[in-house]
Order: sequence, then structure tokens, then C-alpha cells
Amino acid sequence: MIPAAFDYHRPGTLEEAVKLLSSHGDQAKVLSGGMSLLPMLKLRLASFAHLVDIGRVPGLDYIKEEGGFLKIGAMTRQATLERSDLIRAKCPILADAVPLIADPLVRNRGTIGGNVANGDPGNDQPAIMLALGATLVARGPKGERSIAANQFYKGLYETALARNEILTEIRIPVPAARSGGAYAKLKRKTGDFAVAAAAVQLTLDAKGAIERVAIALTNAALTPVEASDAAKFLAGKMPDEKNIMEAAKMAAVKSSPSADRRGSVEYKKEMARVLTARALRKAVQRAGGK
Amino acid sequence: MAKHKISVTINGTAHEAEVESRLLLVHLIRENFRMTGTHIGCDTSHCGACTVILDGNPVKSCTVLAVQADGAKITTVEGLEQGGKLHPVQEGFTEKHGLQCGFCTPGMLMTTSALLERNKNPSEQEIREAIAGNLCRCTGYVNIVKAVQYAAEKMR
Repeated sequence: MIPAAFDYHRPGTLEEAVKLLSSHGDQAKVLSGGMSLLPMLKLRLASFAHLVDIGRVPGLDYIKEEGGFLKIGAMTRQATLERSDLIRAKCPILADAVPLIADPLVRNRGTIGGNVANGDPGNDQPAIMLALGATLVARGPKGERSIAANQFYKGLYETALARNEILTEIRIPVPAARSGGAYAKLKRKTGDFAVAAAAVQLTLDAKGAIERVAIALTNAALTPVEASDAAKFLAGKMPDEKNIMEAAKMAAVKSSPSADRRGSVEYKKEMARVLTARALRKAVQRAGGK
Repeated sequence: MAKHKISVTINGTAHEAEVESRLLLVHLIRENFRMTGTHIGCDTSHCGACTVILDGNPVKSCTVLAVQADGAKITTVEGLEQGGKLHPVQEGFTEKHGLQCGFCTPGMLMTTSALLERNKNPSEQEIREAIAGNLCRCTGYVNIVKAVQYAAEKMR
């Protein structure tokens, strides 16, 4: 399969990339790792007259801790995240998720920026961004702006990014002491999108009660779903089995998946419940609770 | 639509080509340069038959544009043999019956040779994880794992 014809641009700087996007408007698309975009072009599910490849723009590939944030450059490959000691130590929820994305060969090309900015509900990292309370940094013609992850996803393949804006950095607040995160995903086979998946990030207080928690679901609607009712319910409570099961039930109610070859609506909602409970238990354990 | 002049080094030899933007790396290798060891299987980034090593990392060449590989160092299955001597993974696949129909084999060889560059002593689990993106429809995974273990021992 061969994509419809397009012009390929390889800007050397972000400014140049933004300029190209500005001048080609709706006809242009940013190419990062290409692991979602190229299959879509090949299957002719999408076509663009111009691809702007940011793969050689310097300074977009890094993982660092700075000023209370983990900062990840948008062009950082999934394989790089997978091998990062900093991610494993500071952000176990991401360390959980990355090996579950696609397969090792795809992770050698695919980037976190592409996964986050693609706007496909099947992508795993958007729900994780919501759970982590991440900030997404974008560059446009007027310079840089920051977008809260919970303001970023607008619809199927629709995000808060303007046509001429490029996601450049992901900022994750470094979790406080007694914090834990986990990502639980059910998929039929390697390379498949989630039947259901749950991202949980929480902090316990000195007594072991839940001080703060965020729960988000993958592939549960057209955009990642934040289960804020369940989070509100858990706040201030002990993370015992009864409360975890109740919160998981509340999260599943928020999910509105559609039936497809991965399962019926009922099955997917039930799996969202089961996976939320699993992610909550693991996150509590990692936070040092019981 | 403008064409692009690109240069790539494949198995140590420099090549140049003038390509359309939409030309896929696998077609550049197979059609422009006539190296047909790299197979096209599913053509949808699932099966891994088209795996080549791009600047040190195994990737699916059906899902990379030729222009994206401009300036890159690529190794294909034709580049594994050195001076008439099979690469240890090739020898392992021969010795341990690591192939039946052979269609997935070039991709398997590229992925597993890259694995052994990074990890001299992979566990069975690590081998199985490394080849998770390479599908063998003969389901000959047991012998593929044995072939890689044979190669690992040989390379130590």
C-alpha cells in the first residue's frame, strides 16, 4: 500500500516547522515517529498535501528532571522511555505503560509526543497524562504556551493544538512522597489497542488515607475519560478493598465505549471496572500503603 | 510534487536515489536497490517481515519513508553474512531449525541480531519479548528461541 502523493518537508528548526504549518494550513500535518500517521496514509484513511517532519529538529529528544518537573521532549522515542532509569524511578505509571504500547520495533520509532498529540482514544499515554496532571507545551507562531492535559483532548483526533502549533514538551509534576501510580491494560495481543485500560496516580497522607487521586481510562470514549466522581469518592478515605471496588464501579460508569471486535459495551465497561481496581491496588502498594 | 535526492548506506555501501516523498523504505531497498531479502508481509506495521536495522535499531521498513532514512546507516539481511561466514543468528536458525516456510526469517534475523548487540545473554522471556513484533505464521517460535540462544552462546 502506498500513500497518496504529498510533499515532504524537513525543517531544521521549530520556527521553520511552525512557518511551514502556518503557510499550508489544513493541508499540512506534523510527522513525528510516523507510527500512527504513516499507516493511516497508507490505508488512505487520511491524506495531507504536506508532511512536516520534525524528526531532525534538534532539542526535542530528552528526559530530565528540572524545577520539580519531569520534562520529556516530544520527539523522545518510546524505546528511550522504556530504557530510562529516571522514568522507572520517578514515574512508574509510564514505565508500566510503555512496554504495552504496540511492539518493540514500533517503539523504536514511535514517540511520546505523537502518542499524546495524535488524539486517538486508543493511544495509551493520553489517559496517563490526565492521571499525572501533566502540562503539554506547544510552540506556535506567537511562541510557547502551556496546556493542561485535562484541557487538551477535544474529540476524535481533535486536540487543543491549533493547525500551526507543535507539541514540544511534556511536563509531569514530580510525584510527592507517598505517591504511587500504575497503568493496567487489557489487550488481545501484542500490537493491539486496549480493550480497556486504567491509569491511576495517587498520594497517601501520613495515616495511609488517600490524599489525592486521579483516575483516567483509555479507549473508553472518543477522548480519554477522567473518572472524577470516583476520585472525589476516594479522597480522604482509606484505600481498602471496599472503597477500591466502589471507586472502580464509579469509574466504569463513566466509560462509554462502543462495541467492536474487541468486545461488547457491557464487556468493555466491566473490564474498565476490573482494570481500575487493579491499577488502584498497585498504585496504593507503590505509594507504600497496604 | 518535488522529488528528493537522498543517500543511504546499506550494508556498508553508499547508495543514492531520487525518490518521491511517499516512497516507503522497503520499496527503496527492494525495488530501487534490488535487494529482495527484506520481505513485505502484512504491509500494515504488524508482522515485522520487513524489519531492517536503521541507525542501530530494528524498525519496520514498510512504515518508514525513504526520505526519512536520508543519511542513515541501514543493515538488511544481505548484510549479516561477513566474508562468506554466516552471522551467528543465521547459523543458529540453520542448526536449530528456526524456520519452516522462511517468510518471516529475514525480519526475525534482523530483530534478533540487534537484540544480541544490546544484550549478550538474553533470557527466554527477553528473546520472546524482543520478537513480539515479528510474527511467524508457521508458529515456529520454540525453535526460533533456541536458534537465538544458540547464537548468543556462540557470540559470547
